[in-house]
Amino acid sequence: MTLNMGPQHPSTHGVLRVALELDGETVLRAKPIMGYLHTGMEKQAEYKTYTQSIPQTDRMDYLSPMSNNLAFCLAAEKLLGIVPPPRVQAIRVMLVELTRVSAHCVWLGTHALDIGAMTVFFYCFREREKVLSIYDHVSGQRMMSSYVRVGGLTMDIPEGLLDRCQQFVDEMPAHIDEYEKLLTKNPIWLARTVGVAPLTAAQAIGLGATGPTLRGSGVDWDLRKKQPYSGYETYDFDVPVMKDGDAYSRYKVRLMEMRQSVRIAHQAIARVREFGEKGEYRLRDFKYVLPPKEEVKTSMEALIHHFKIVAHGFFPPVGEAYAAVEAPKGELGFYFVSDGTPRPWRMKVRSPSFINLQSLPTMVEGRLVADVVTAIGSLDIVLGEIDR
Amino acid sequence: MALTQERVDERLRAAFPGASITRQEGPAVRDYTLFVSADKIVEICTFLRDDPELEFALLSFVAGVDLMPRTPRFEVVYSLLSLTHNQRFTLKVDLPDENPRVPTVCGVWPTANWHERETYDFYGIEFTGHPDLTRILLPDQWVGWPLRKDSPLGYQEVAFTHNTPNRTKPAPSLTKLKPKKVKYRAQ
Repeated sequence: MTLNMGPQHPSTHGVLRVALELDGETVLRAKPIMGYLHTGMEKQAEYKTYTQSIPQTDRMDYLSPMSNNLAFCLAAEKLLGIVPPPRVQAIRVMLVELTRVSAHCVWLGTHALDIGAMTVFFYCFREREKVLSIYDHVSGQRMMSSYVRVGGLTMDIPEGLLDRCQQFVDEMPAHIDEYEKLLTKNPIWLARTVGVAPLTAAQAIGLGATGPTLRGSGVDWDLRKKQPYSGYETYDFDVPVMKDGDAYSRYKVRLMEMRQSVRIAHQAIARVREFGEKGEYRLRDFKYVLPPKEEVKTSMEALIHHFKIVAHGFFPPVGEAYAAVEAPKGELGFYFVSDGTPRPWRMKVRSPSFINLQSLPTMVEGRLVADVVTAIGSLDIVLGEIDR
Repeated sequence: MALTQERVDERLRAAFPGASITRQEGPAVRDYTLFVSADKIVEICTFLRDDPELEFALLSFVAGVDLMPRTPRFEVVYSLLSLTHNQRFTLKVDLPDENPRVPTVCGVWPTANWHERETYDFYGIEFTGHPDLTRILLPDQWVGWPLRKDSPLGYQEVAFTHNTPNRTKPAPSLTKLKPKKVKYRAQ
């Protein structure tokens, strides 16, 4: 029998469709079919300046807008050959780690809901809402923050933000304990996840899986440690790895990651405090980055730079660059080909959800239909990023 | 000692003495990139994956690029990642305007399957030997290759009062785009 799971199935996290070939309850073949949310972001980016494309990236993985902005800006900065000031890097790290906590909260809530644990959903969304209100505070938007810019940030952090972040990271470990109390030793949870949706290390590497999916299969690979960016080499944190490669070990990896993210955020907040609550939030390289507003009002040169950048964007050199970050879902990278004009000639997104989803057939073939739900949940996919 | 990209280049040239391997030059080419010939791509990729000094076990992505006025017109970019030696490396293949085709690397890295389908979907580049070369993000009945530079972005005119005579009816340009009637087969 052929069964269409999706595109309106509640456990497919959006509009994923999986064509399942079944023998009774056993899955013989699974074929993911996607593209229902395809909006041609890569094509659109070729008609926009670099800065105009940043809001597009929010809408890719809409659970972690800051990570997407950061990946985009790092790739553009690599192309331009500029490095933002250390205070900016610390603020970026702080916000990106909070993003990881909130993205994992949504993942845990929905994944548990799929398997039948309703309560966890409410706890997780309570904490996620706190991160969203921090976004609101910092950028004026709850979800589509577009806060990171090429060479810096949109604006300086507002008053009281650091105290809010500090309060959040102080409270968060107790909340993670709560989630663990609900799930980690819960016999129903164990029955639904232990040994389900297995993926060996060799399979995961061959299928290009990254992020918690790869680390859940026993491969110690985290871009923040191995190819550090934004000063991650100066933070003190561990990379959690689990050997078994099943849905339960991916769950454990993500929960441990949340604790590590809180740990990094603690250090980042302290670092931002050291730099000062108000300070430099953009690189002073006015060929590529907007000059501060106060200078625009007093200096002729700054006004000209401001006008040039607003009117037609910055001109990168002819060339190409690829930069990747460890997003909550895996390696998120942007590849730019530039022809020297303010619009990228080509923008390629290496989206982790798209590539991790490719391991779904390997996980579910020969297993039961009910395990497909667990497998999709444990992969942590966002369809906005898959279809782009 | 850490593996350098120059060393990868050296190893590759030593292993394939007859093949044409050139480095991409340019002031802002930020990653070490080699152009290789399309017919040698599978052997080169297998070598890069299996050589114990290199071990590029993970294919990060495959991307197509359309450099339209230029001949050869297309490029296919392979971005490789070595987990054991913590190094990235980029390979490129040039393809002509007419019948762009390159052998598939699905046999080397299973992940190439979807990447190549995506490149086919957007650029019409054929990956010979691919097990399931169909459209992946666009609908199957789509005509054309949308990310090619000669494919227009397309837009719908915004309806203002000056171009919409009767505001109760949609603008003339919009009426052309009637939804297609789809017949659903009874199950």
